[in-house]
Amino acid sequence: MDFLIFQVPMLMVQASLDGILLGILFALIAYGMALQWGVMNIINIAQGDLVILGGYIAYTMYLAGIHPAWGVIVSPIIMYFVGWALYKLVINKVVDRDLFISILATFGIAIVFQQLMNFIFGADVVVAQSEYGTTMLFDNSVTLPNSKIFSAFVSLAYAVALVIYMKKSKLGRAIRATAQNARAAKILGVDTEKVYAATFGINAALCGIAGALISITLTLHPYVGLPYTVRSFMIVIVAGLGNLPAVAVSGMGLGLFEEFADYILGTEFRIGAVFMLLVFILVYRRFKLSKKREYLK
Amino acid sequence: MNKIAKLFITFISALTLTLTSITSSFAKVEGDMIVLGSAISLTGKYSSNGVHTQNGYNMAVDRINSMGGVKVGGKSYKFEIIYYDDESNPKRAAQLAERLIKQDGVHYMLGPYSSGLTKAIAPVTEKYKIPMVEANGASRSLFTKGYKYLFAVLSPANQYLEVAIDLAVEKNGGKGVKIAQAFEQDAFSQDVRLGILDAAKRTGSKIIIDDKLPKELNDMAATLAKVKATKPDVLVVSGHTKGALTAIRQISEMKVDVPMLAMTHCDAAKLSKQHGKKSEYALCASQWHKNLSYKDKFFGGGKKYDKDFKKEFGYAPPYQSAESSAALLVFKDAFERANSFDRDKVRDALKATDMQTFYGNIKFGPGGQNVAKPMILFQVRCKGDTCENKVVAPTKWASDKFFHPIPKWSERG
Repeated sequence: MDFLIFQVPMLMVQASLDGILLGILFALIAYGMALQWGVMNIINIAQGDLVILGGYIAYTMYLAGIHPAWGVIVSPIIMYFVGWALYKLVINKVVDRDLFISILATFGIAIVFQQLMNFIFGADVVVAQSEYGTTMLFDNSVTLPNSKIFSAFVSLAYAVALVIYMKKSKLGRAIRATAQNARAAKILGVDTEKVYAATFGINAALCGIAGALISITLTLHPYVGLPYTVRSFMIVIVAGLGNLPAVAVSGMGLGLFEEFADYILGTEFRIGAVFMLLVFILVYRRFKLSKKREYLK
Repeated sequence: MNKIAKLFITFISALTLTLTSITSSFAKVEGDMIVLGSAISLTGKYSSNGVHTQNGYNMAVDRINSMGGVKVGGKSYKFEIIYYDDESNPKRAAQLAERLIKQDGVHYMLGPYSSGLTKAIAPVTEKYKIPMVEANGASRSLFTKGYKYLFAVLSPANQYLEVAIDLAVEKNGGKGVKIAQAFEQDAFSQDVRLGILDAAKRTGSKIIIDDKLPKELNDMAATLAKVKATKPDVLVVSGHTKGALTAIRQISEMKVDVPMLAMTHCDAAKLSKQHGKKSEYALCASQWHKNLSYKDKFFGGGKKYDKDFKKEFGYAPPYQSAESSAALLVFKDAFERANSFDRDKVRDALKATDMQTFYGNIKFGPGGQNVAKPMILFQVRCKGDTCENKVVAPTKWASDKFFHPIPKWSERG
């Protein structure tokens, strides 16, 4: 236990801002996961690897002399088609099947992606430089990298755009209809096959944006995808499916909780603390549900 | 029919197995070839360093073979290495070590890349009493298990950054310093940490932050915020290439001012290239540097090795390649002194090794670690936009003066 954070109040501000900024970025990845989980009932283990691939797209641009921030536009476009192709090649064969099969399939995709990225981009850890500088608050005692602020804003902007798109556009309505009841949607003339492909593509595009942001805020490596999958999985579990505001709040909440756990319990318990919280939330939910009469097992 | 087919297949496979085992029992030395085996990471997450290791081995094999080979019993032999790709996977590495020994009949092994994989292979070589000279497993735990057939040409992990603490104390007028440290939770980094703990005790220094970074983490903002608040004299970070890159990125972005920053894996992370001026003044532990004045008759000195390696492979040799080349020199020396291919005689000869190579002096301690070679520290220094690693300690090889303290971010351009 360490109470440094209570002795130095500025650390509290720093921790909160760090947690929230990182949380928003994770929420974006989690939203993609929640979307396709809700629509297709597929838990995508390759989520983190799609993120990393998106990051490598931005990194490649950086190597070619283009500012990596443009990755937040280029990467989702490329990733949409990657996601779409993945759906046509693999996912359409496991959609509507047992959840276990889709987990296995996406796990396989994750391995293939890791090896491919390793083959193409090499096994070195890489970073792209945004040269965005730093925002200093409170007489330099709180410092925020502008790249993190930038990524939080981009994530928010895309999230808002997506919410509007889902509400207003034809495809968005079709996606929501399919999520509610695929069979009924089909009867009413929705081409669910197309909806599925588009959903998977949108998810991959969201991963692409997050990846491009990660290339300028954190580090890239072909094998660091899994932590992102696990993190977004957790956010979705806490928030529930198909509820974007909840995903955003849960992303930020987990980010905050993690930062504070780091300061108080120690860095080594940071991830452990988040998992403890997850167990607690799941048990609590079950307890609450069991009190409701209408709940059927 | 099915039964007969099965029987037939069993028979055939049994036959091939017997045949391979017969031929393989002669495989250790075939004609004028001494066959060495190595499982190495050619794919997977260690593949770049795996390739550096392999290039180091190959370079030494070519050099030794072209300069007369290994003389045993008045006859000249040549080295040959059988490689398998362990996919950066410890389980696979252990399987491949078994395969090299049992199927290919290899009697002498070269190590894989990384402490983790060496740890996976060492029990196998020990079981079959196969001498293994390894060049890329520095974890202290490799040398405390009482292995008799394991020899490492590199300095153990706990020595990596001890020198840095001594240096900080020296700059502080001999008084103890305040240390902040962050280490990844893996065998190697934790061994580096143990070294710092020893050094802190020895010098009367105080450790004020002692963070253990989870492996999957690539954000250390919390640790750095603590560093900002507590103002230590030295910050020590070790978390492989990811740790080094993350640390420099966030230290520069969060404008963390520390008088001294010591790290590992700077050259593997290509720190000075990827982060440029942001990485300036970082102190890095290294097993080897081309400017050291060690010499041997095969590679000449470090600078010549650097030049020859560049010519052959097209890039400057990282220390992983240099130490791997040194492993072959050790084997050659041991074979010649043993004057035999008897495994136990070769092992005893390895045990008695006391030699100088271009990579450094090599003499094995009781656990098999190299006790004759100190670690070196270099500091990243920039001229304009090009940054270079300059050796600053130990003083014997220092090409530049150690720059201390690191200027504040507000004063850096």
